[in-house]
Amino acid sequence: MPKLTIDGKEVEVAPGTNLIEAARQAGIEVPHYCYHPGLSIAGQCRLCMVDIEKNPRSQIGCNTQAADGMVVHTRTERVLETRKSIMEFHLVNHPLDCPVCDQAGECWLQIYYMRHGLYDPRMVDEKVHKPKAVPLGPHVILDAERCILCSRCVRFCDEVTKTGELGIFNRGDHSEIGLFPGKTLDNNYSGNVIDICPVGALTDRDFRFKVRVWYLDTGRSICNGCARGCNIEVHVNRRRPHHNQGRRVARLKPRHNPDVNQWWMCDVGRYGFGWIDDDSRLLAPVRRTGGTDATIGWDEAVAALAEALKRYRPEEIGILASPQMSNEDLFALQRLAAHLGVAAVDHRVPPRVPGEDDGFLLRADRNPNRRGAELIGLGTGDARAILDGARQRRIKLLWIFQHDLLDSGWPPADVTAALAGAEMVVFQGPSANRTSAGAHLVLPSAAYVEREGTFTNFEGRVQRFRTVLEPLGEAQADWAILGRVGRALGGADPAFSAGRAEQVFAGLAGQVPAFSGMSYRGLRDAGQVVKA
Amino acid sequence: MAEKIFTRNFDRRDSHTLAVYRETGGYTALARALGMEPAAILEEVKKSNLRGLGGAAFPTGMKWSFIPKGSPAPKYLVINADEGEPGTFKDRYLMERDPHAMIEGMIIAARAIDSHLGFVYIRGEYVEPWRVVSGAVKEAYEAGLLGKNIQGSGFDFDIVVHRGAGAYICGEETGLLSSLEGKKGWPKIKPPFPAVKGAFGQPTIVNNVETIAAVPHIINRGGEWFAGLGTKTQGGTRLYSVSGHVARPGVVEAPVSVTLRSLIYDHCGGIRDGRRLKAVVPGGSSAPILTADEIDVTMDADGLKAAGSMIGSAGVIVMDETVSIPEALMVVARFYAHESCGQCTPCRESTGWIYKMARRIVEGKGRKEDLDTILDVSRRGAGTTICAFFDGAVGPYVSYIEKFRAEFEALIPHEA
Repeated sequence: MPKLTIDGKEVEVAPGTNLIEAARQAGIEVPHYCYHPGLSIAGQCRLCMVDIEKNPRSQIGCNTQAADGMVVHTRTERVLETRKSIMEFHLVNHPLDCPVCDQAGECWLQIYYMRHGLYDPRMVDEKVHKPKAVPLGPHVILDAERCILCSRCVRFCDEVTKTGELGIFNRGDHSEIGLFPGKTLDNNYSGNVIDICPVGALTDRDFRFKVRVWYLDTGRSICNGCARGCNIEVHVNRRRPHHNQGRRVARLKPRHNPDVNQWWMCDVGRYGFGWIDDDSRLLAPVRRTGGTDATIGWDEAVAALAEALKRYRPEEIGILASPQMSNEDLFALQRLAAHLGVAAVDHRVPPRVPGEDDGFLLRADRNPNRRGAELIGLGTGDARAILDGARQRRIKLLWIFQHDLLDSGWPPADVTAALAGAEMVVFQGPSANRTSAGAHLVLPSAAYVEREGTFTNFEGRVQRFRTVLEPLGEAQADWAILGRVGRALGGADPAFSAGRAEQVFAGLAGQVPAFSGMSYRGLRDAGQVVKA
Repeated sequence: MAEKIFTRNFDRRDSHTLAVYRETGGYTALARALGMEPAAILEEVKKSNLRGLGGAAFPTGMKWSFIPKGSPAPKYLVINADEGEPGTFKDRYLMERDPHAMIEGMIIAARAIDSHLGFVYIRGEYVEPWRVVSGAVKEAYEAGLLGKNIQGSGFDFDIVVHRGAGAYICGEETGLLSSLEGKKGWPKIKPPFPAVKGAFGQPTIVNNVETIAAVPHIINRGGEWFAGLGTKTQGGTRLYSVSGHVARPGVVEAPVSVTLRSLIYDHCGGIRDGRRLKAVVPGGSSAPILTADEIDVTMDADGLKAAGSMIGSAGVIVMDETVSIPEALMVVARFYAHESCGQCTPCRESTGWIYKMARRIVEGKGRKEDLDTILDVSRRGAGTTICAFFDGAVGPYVSYIEKFRAEFEALIPHEA
């Protein structure tokens, strides 16, 4: 392991580590644009120059590997002057349209100008003009004048997605990013080029002009779009509710996890958050009798459900759990089913259109917690048998979590018959659908970004997602709702009296062998893999 | 007059043909080299003090020795025939009039570095040289001088002739390799250097046409003979492309120790129309300009370095008193702005910026701070890029202004 000195600090790094990463490990920032740890070395932006003792010329940190005994200086007079010069070159032809640029506030031209530039501009001639507001695909729009030609987006499409849509065309200061003829930037990872673009050249067609980034708050989460469990940040706007029609979730961004999604996330997941602030959200418990809806309070709703669960014999109750629910929700549900003695519990409702595995991150199973549902034992029944049981009026209370059975892989006629056959249909979920529309009791769940918990991805990695927003209306986390119901039934399981997801998780770790030895906090950001 | 080596066949009828090349001893060096150990060929070239004649003047033998020893990887020999340095046209003459000298040199060099595939990268505008070289390669194949088991030696070597598409940067050796690989002609970051990881990721030697054409002579007559023709640090004669306001412009062969004064006045008949010499660019457009008082320099790599300029491609551009140096700078700045590949930020942005300032000065709209801005931008950008393109551009930017500042200042309006 090479040991080197950077600005007087000794640091030992893995062989092959470049000087930008070595400095980062020593807590020193070497500014850069074109370097990205997930892409090949381009060496084009020339901003990461450092001085190395016994080397007469400054060297780019990105293409210089740390060597044993190397003495590196990142803040010599020469390096600081070079950074200033490079910043001036980067900005010579930049339009400086920050007031109308979506990147403002998170733009590395702004950040580095303040940290490393601060020169007086000398350019008085007309700047080079290039195409502006050019859509490259469904999600990405290009402003070529703002582009600093770092080539990160080109390398991403060449090296990560291997789709090769983008190139740099023309020469000199007329160089510009563009699409190869006949190509559209429509691969399932196109949104990542927006993330890695350090400036306002590539912006997000969905997000742009919606909210200024400095009004956004950020929370750590896990994408619920498929079984991969990509680590994400949820960016929410709470400070300017009059922007973006009051929609709170502004965008999702990938969060680095080398074991799950590296730096990336797919477009299906990235743009799949719209439902969270849609009008379809369920805001309060509803009792539906004889065709009239009555909004009721939680106490009344829980009492009604508990009464119904007591009224029917265990074999007359069927529960369709959802792999969208967290481990805590599923564990609380499993405890409740055990308390009631209900065996007809399953999570395997077939999708109307089976998803496809895209060979990279996106999994065919578009649910974040199928593995958790399996491990926690929510497949004791058989979903189809439960449906048929309701159809044949053997199952009298059908409790459905999240699923729209009328938009599933089951024949709608069978579903309609089952929903009509059950004496009581309970729907619990964050959003209304055609199935909830016919339910006798509707319980609003908090969306995953409105509460905390854990998902277990397809590889068995248990990962935490955090509370980013307050629940809409009266919605509550599923485990909290289930706990209230459990308590109303006289259940003594600690999962029913938990006040926090962490407490439910402790029960899960104590009772489900795959999770044994785990602690909620011990999961940290990287997550932990269940026992085989 | 010194002995003609490179140009000895230039005036013969059909000098580009194999038959005429053989009449003057062509391919005898190859026969000799095929009987030599590769290490012995390399040793002879090292002894010759041959230095790259494309621009960087790097010792050829040393370059060849950077090929990793005993590497099982295929090794490539690439000839840089992308002669693009403004003021340079000697490789064109070599290819049109003596293409077999290059081919013979390539086979010998290939044997020295254990290469079995060579490429000749010819600039797109060079249609006639491409036609002649392609014909010569065909002739060589037909005569068993290329291909499998050359002359029964057991040594195989093939040549692919490749045309560029017209970009100055493709004359930079790694830009050339990118282009040869079918990519945009962007220079590659070093390390790795081409000798370790060059064309198609394999060990590669890139040599200029003229450099490789010297090799048969060195093998035939010995490295010491070649070294004796030049100075202590550089052997041989070389070709000077002399253009501009001399009485007899053209390609001149002279020992590397010739003085610039002798080239202009003895070889090229002095300044045309009896006018006075004003300035000379001695080594292609990237070489810093010399004034009329600075021409008593020897035209070898180290002589010009000592004079604050560089031999570069030995393209000698002679300017008489009718030339406006600010206009000349504007023209050369336009060239560099047009040809910057755009990869590295300092070069991409400042070549265009400097051209705009130079143009404004010539148009009479200069500001008094422009000259110092050009100098400052040049110095700040120099040495910060992947390749030497911008450093080459800085040659004229700085030297034209420093040596002829009054002429620039005279064009800048005084403040009212």
